[in-house]
Amino acid sequence: MISKEIRKQFPILDQEVNGKPLVYLDSAATSQKPISVIETLDHYYKNDNSNVHRGVHTLGTRATDSYEGAREKVRHFINASSMEEVIFLRGTTTAINTIASSYGRANVGEDDEIVITPMEHHSNIIPWQQLAKQTGAKLKYIPLQEDGTIDLSDVENTITEHTKIVSIMHVSNVLGTINPIKEIAKIAHKNGAVMVVDGAQAAPHMHVDVRDLDCDFYAFSAHKMCGPTGIGVMYGKKKLLENMEPAEFGGEMIDFVGLYESTWKDLPWKFEGGTPIIAGAIGLGAAIDFLEQIGRDEIEKIEHELVEYAMERMSAVEGLKIFGPEKRAGLVTFNIDDVHPHDVATVLDAEGIAVRAGHHCAQPLMKWLDVTATARASFYIYNTKEDVDALIDGLKTTKEYFGHVF
Amino acid sequence: MSSNLDQLYRQVIMDHYKNPRNRGELDGALTFNLNNPTCGDRIKVSMEIEDGKIKEAKFEGEGCSISLASASMMTETIKGLPVEDALKLSNIFSEMMLGKEYDEGDLDLGDLEALQGVSKFPARIKCATLAWKALEKGVNQKEEE
Repeated sequence: MISKEIRKQFPILDQEVNGKPLVYLDSAATSQKPISVIETLDHYYKNDNSNVHRGVHTLGTRATDSYEGAREKVRHFINASSMEEVIFLRGTTTAINTIASSYGRANVGEDDEIVITPMEHHSNIIPWQQLAKQTGAKLKYIPLQEDGTIDLSDVENTITEHTKIVSIMHVSNVLGTINPIKEIAKIAHKNGAVMVVDGAQAAPHMHVDVRDLDCDFYAFSAHKMCGPTGIGVMYGKKKLLENMEPAEFGGEMIDFVGLYESTWKDLPWKFEGGTPIIAGAIGLGAAIDFLEQIGRDEIEKIEHELVEYAMERMSAVEGLKIFGPEKRAGLVTFNIDDVHPHDVATVLDAEGIAVRAGHHCAQPLMKWLDVTATARASFYIYNTKEDVDALIDGLKTTKEYFGHVF
Repeated sequence: MSSNLDQLYRQVIMDHYKNPRNRGELDGALTFNLNNPTCGDRIKVSMEIEDGKIKEAKFEGEGCSISLASASMMTETIKGLPVEDALKLSNIFSEMMLGKEYDEGDLDLGDLEALQGVSKFPARIKCATLAWKALEKGVNQKEEE
């Protein structure tokens, strides 16, 4: 599929906002959904809706087959060894919280360390802060290079034999940095720690092979990769998941329930207490089908070309400061002169252009960058060079507008 | 440029943003910090209250044009007012932000009226009310003491 063909699959993009054609540059917050995903959800609710793993009726079987079929699609998408390693949860945040509370509480003690970085999203900071508080463990940060990358020698120096968990984002939602997860995982393992990866900004955009990365846990959300909200994945190595206690207890996840004791289902279901996110998982499956039809090499190529072009054009705008390294994923975070990012986003919105403004759920990183907030344009497969051109025009308008009112 | 934007960024607002009035902090006065968690804006309002009147008011903080201009205008307007009237103004200001009809009565919104255009930008209402929320919290806290 070429870019224009891909764009046609996203009906939401064909509209005017404030009298101008919509230019959606906020996919790092959430992506838009292709017609195939929307129709899959529609079909499921109109034809197959039923609870899963129980009852013997036909709809129940259809729903179960589709739900478990989606799990196999996810397994293949991230190259996990088995479907037992693919747990459906609410999203990246829930997955990391589950890892912190279930694996963390059982394996981290007073003299231990948890290692993260200052570039993490709040959802990969606070669960570890809480775990550190509850266990008395020490929370340590790998320092960042000036350009917002991680140097492996700093990783070597921060992780010690006391480190039990290393948790790092695969791709930064602010800087666009692509972190060397495979190398960091090696250092973590050498010291006896497990490697947790926040893959929220990576899974939608690039090849993710959990076996090649050799990470122990990998978390991501469907809504950033053309799927619905409210569903995400916690991947974990089977031998770790087997020894973990469920984080939630109730229906669906039990094997036998007595008055005083109960036992759990096997993997992956012991982590999926309650009626699972059935439609969400099926929607995620459709999103994976869509992305695989385009091909991840092609997705990487489209985004690479877009971000290169955006960097080139944005660098030429006077007074515009870009944050993050040269080599980056498909997003550009910036500030413009003295105009507050909120004001930038408001003027751009009046031009039909949607960007994110704020701290991007990364307050420690904002502090590290020495700014209170930034604006961010993030790209996905349906964006075009014309979108970048519209952004540049919008930024010029912003400058003119605030130059004029000052 | 759209006229809506011009309604949002009125000249008087930009003037307060560029030349904020009453910027700073009052020693030993009642101070209250408030953050806008969606964007990281941070406003600190400090007030000297004597005999139920706001004798002096200052603000400090980081934020967008709307939040800083609103704070600047607020300190101008509430200075010298009885606390009760400042709270009344806060309510009137909230009504104005929601695009509702409001009645100033004997009170005077002054420059604050220029912020009326914010009501057409729902995403920015929180920016405009940040300083006011700090004022309300500060006053309520003092009453509890």
